[in-house]
Amino acid sequence: MAIPFSYSYRNLWNRRLTTALTVAGMALVVFVFAAILMLAEGLQKTLASTGSWDNVVVIRKGSTSEVMSGIEREKAALLETLPGIAPAPGGRNLLARELVVLICLRKEETGSPSNVTIRGGGALSLDLRPQVKIVEGRPPRPGTYEIMAGSGVARQFPTVRLNRTLRFAQREWRVVGIFDAGGTGFSSEIWGDADTLMQAFRRPVYSSVIFRLRSPGDFEPVRARIDGDPRLSLEAKREVRYYEEQSEIMAKFLRILGYSLTVIFSIGAVMGAMITMYSAVANRTSEIGTLRALGFRRREVLAAFLLEALFLGLFGALAGLVPASFMQFLTVSTMNFQSFSELSFRFTLTPAIALGSVGFALLMGLVGGVFPAARASRMEITRALREA
Amino acid sequence: MIVVLKIILRNALRNKLRTLLTVLGAATAILAFCLLRTMVGAWHAGVAASSATRLVTRNAVSLVFPLPIAYLEKIRQIHGVARVSYGNWFGGIYIDEKNFFPNFVVEARSYLDLYPEFVLTPEEREAFLRDRRGCVAGRKIADLFGWKIGDIVTLKGTIYPGDWDLVLRGIYHGRDRTIDETQFFFHWEYLDEAVRGMMPARAGYVGFYLVGVARPELASRVAAAVDETFRNSLAETLTETEKSFQQGFVAMSSALLLVIQTVSILVVVIILAVVANTMVMTTRERMGEYAVFKCLGFGGGTITAFILGESLVITLAGSVLGILLTFPAVDMIRTNLPNFFPVFNVGKDTVAQALGAALLVALCAAAIPSRRAVRVRIAEGLARVG
Repeated sequence: MAIPFSYSYRNLWNRRLTTALTVAGMALVVFVFAAILMLAEGLQKTLASTGSWDNVVVIRKGSTSEVMSGIEREKAALLETLPGIAPAPGGRNLLARELVVLICLRKEETGSPSNVTIRGGGALSLDLRPQVKIVEGRPPRPGTYEIMAGSGVARQFPTVRLNRTLRFAQREWRVVGIFDAGGTGFSSEIWGDADTLMQAFRRPVYSSVIFRLRSPGDFEPVRARIDGDPRLSLEAKREVRYYEEQSEIMAKFLRILGYSLTVIFSIGAVMGAMITMYSAVANRTSEIGTLRALGFRRREVLAAFLLEALFLGLFGALAGLVPASFMQFLTVSTMNFQSFSELSFRFTLTPAIALGSVGFALLMGLVGGVFPAARASRMEITRALREA
Repeated sequence: MIVVLKIILRNALRNKLRTLLTVLGAATAILAFCLLRTMVGAWHAGVAASSATRLVTRNAVSLVFPLPIAYLEKIRQIHGVARVSYGNWFGGIYIDEKNFFPNFVVEARSYLDLYPEFVLTPEEREAFLRDRRGCVAGRKIADLFGWKIGDIVTLKGTIYPGDWDLVLRGIYHGRDRTIDETQFFFHWEYLDEAVRGMMPARAGYVGFYLVGVARPELASRVAAAVDETFRNSLAETLTETEKSFQQGFVAMSSALLLVIQTVSILVVVIILAVVANTMVMTTRERMGEYAVFKCLGFGGGTITAFILGESLVITLAGSVLGILLTFPAVDMIRTNLPNFFPVFNVGKDTVAQALGAALLVALCAAAIPSRRAVRVRIAEGLARVG
């Protein structure tokens, strides 16, 4: 017969202050673990949801981002005639030539400069991105000095408001619309008309060409065709894949940071659990003797103390995850190392992170409890009873 | 006084296992704290190493827009300008994107004059200046990839397409430990000529001008004069001191820095929980003893001194151990991850902060238990078991 559950957790309740302190230590480790993984997850989710599976991004071979790339007009025209592109209403192909550059704006809270992405699009850019929705005003008209700003940009930069103007490239640009692109990277961009922006910036080349595939599965032949054409020396990627790549380095940095920090931090918390459990065993020597005398076996005593340690871990997990889940209301805006531009994203809690945190906390409890529990189970009945 | 110290030490060693565990816990936490602070310091390395007599001029729109080379002569003529160099971010990849290191093209002679902290031997300097395809790498990346003088280094261009074969003509050392030894640069002229052949429209541009001023006091006046010169031209400029230029970079990832700083404070709270737990347990076990002390006429002050002293001994032992471990740990990170943290040194302020945090933890951890011990009634304390 096993020692009942209640024996384990009542003991924790009996020594509330000690239990609370141990749990607090573990909870903080769980909080850091969960929060940093949530940050990495949020970054990746944002960029992964930016792209669409059936869209293709074409950039110059060797470039790692649209900002670095350049596509001459004649190459863009060649791409326009590729087979396999979905048709747009009006008989044209669903394709947009885009310009992507960075401009330097100052942030609201800190006044510090940051790089904001400006995307010059074509007539079909909005059709290619159904997730982009105008929430205020209207889209900019081609051929005019009009722009619209993503909701993330409007939140961060005080100069970007509806009907206000921004000055760059020797011109005044009027913000005629604010768009929301949900939790995607486009929310951190400013959009305008590609040809007007190219003239203003005196940049003769596009940055990228985006098109929708006629049938989403037919990416490979299109890619091979673009890759194999020596006139182009361009490279095609699925839009999803392109944006995933943009988050790789930073997400990896955050994950490595998160894992290495929590491993070091957890040593502290495990020590805390060990101290608590050792003293729990030491203080209850006579109780253990009594339990053994009543006929409970060594492994049942071991299980009872391990269970107590696991409870510590479980409470730690819960106490850490609750504040971590509130972090989801926070939006972080920072420079993505790879695209060199400002990107805002949210802490995102996934079931996998929550389960991982609980597992990690239970592991801390287990490691902290195993030696004390072993000591408890190895006690001699007579000696233990005499201790009291 | 000596007696009190003796009792504190004896008390700390009474439950050796518990004290050992607490000390180890505190040591790892302080180690983590120091590493995080060092990381924040590494982020600011560029700011710390910047010179007060150097300005950076770039396109006012943003760094991705170039400036015409024709600006060179105009900048040179501005009063107070001692030297001008220029260059571009090249952004080449060595074999794989993972092998990241910053690489530039520069006007070599003026650049080396402007950056005396990059130390080359006179022979290396001459060899680099004479070879159009020559390049110079920092000692750390040369070590990392096993490059020797004369080796061919091939960079894959991301901004300038193609494979670029360069000959390593020099390996620079930093003048001191705060200098980034992971940079890589080659001749702007070489790049520009090649670009002229491939994409004539992009030739004749530079990414930034580096302006050396004669005296630091002139910096702001020269910066304003440069920007005034090019106001309302096709490419307006933004000139700032090297320090604020570098600070701008740091500010761009300020959200990440905030995360790291917050976490470094959380780890202090974690040790606080562990040490406080230990102190709560110790005092609970010794309530009877405290009652005896009170019987003998000792006041609350003495009892508080015992508890606080023990808390201090344990925390400081752990912190000193943690600080001592920081140095080898930082060395290991510096040698193994040179391209993540080019300049990675433990600052004096980091050690001071760690000791300060330890003191704070010791005080806070002793607070609740000593309150309990001081308040306990003698009869109650004597009656208490376990």
